[in-house]
Amino acid sequence: MVTIETPRSPRTRKSANREKWAWLFMRASGVVLIVLIFGHLFVNLFLGEGIKAIDFAFVAGKWANPFWQVWDTLMLWLALIHGTNGMRTLVNDYSEREGIRKFLNASLWTVCILLIVLGTLVTTTFDPCPDTSVVDALPQFCK
Amino acid sequence: MPTKPTGTLYRGKTGMWSWVLHRITGVAIFFFLLVHTLDTALVRLDPAAYNEVIATYKTPIIGLAELGLVAAILFHALNGVRIILIDFWRKGTKYQNLMFWIVIGLAILIFAGFAPRHLANVFSHLPVGK
Ligand code: HEM
Repeated sequence: MVTIETPRSPRTRKSANREKWAWLFMRASGVVLIVLIFGHLFVNLFLGEGIKAIDFAFVAGKWANPFWQVWDTLMLWLALIHGTNGMRTLVNDYSEREGIRKFLNASLWTVCILLIVLGTLVTTTFDPCPDTSVVDALPQFCK
Repeated sequence: MPTKPTGTLYRGKTGMWSWVLHRITGVAIFFFLLVHTLDTALVRLDPAAYNEVIATYKTPIIGLAELGLVAAILFHALNGVRIILIDFWRKGTKYQNLMFWIVIGLAILIFAGFAPRHLANVFSHLPVGK
């Protein structure tokens, strides 16, 4: 059980400073995410035939353009770090035992890092025209 | 005897409910993002497998769930701006209640622009045949 003497007193000097940057990051990333996520939803779900049009060829068409590769990679990083840090706030609020709190937070950041690595590998090493037996799935420009 | 707290930012009024909603929507979006990162990673492994998985996103039930997701994102994002304004704008706390209703209004407006189009896309694509 963590007891904080008065609600305003930081745990330690160092972690107070870290919390300040985390607090600031939530706001800065939030502002950027509005542009990235609303743009993402507008192009993928609103324009054209929306969800109906999404398939491998659609994604390949987007990621053939570095603009969308950068867009999506940035969105991946910011959303995952923002979301994970937000979940950390909940864990800190609701967990009652210090060991469990530490374990949950460690799990959150492990998943966050794994998904960032996986997602970044996907967006940066992506090949819009891979060797595949299912040529049907490929975008028009590969054929 | 302690007096009943009234008019504080976080108890019982829009200040509290916006916090509850912000928290719930944040968690919901987070778990969707975990799944969405994994399903998108399939494009790197196998185009056909990706198409199969993404086809479930076009079914009526998931299609409706997407409306919920978009609604959650709309509220979370717009209320995020409200939080930022409360923190950084001199008059933020004074107008936090009004800003809550602006957030709700804007969210409904944008949602109303999106929902019919999305529903049309989902329900004109019931996977019969191909
Ligand atoms: C679309 C743009 C977004 C904006 C403007 C935004 C803004 C914010 C802000 C300002 C906070 C408050 C931080 C604090 O109280 O210190 C927050 C918390 C949070 N956000 Fe976001 N956010 C956005 C997107 C996302 C996404 C994509 C996720 C999930 C992956 C997410 C998950 C969370 C969570 C879990 C919290 C913690 C909630 C809490 O402490 O009660 N947010 N967000």
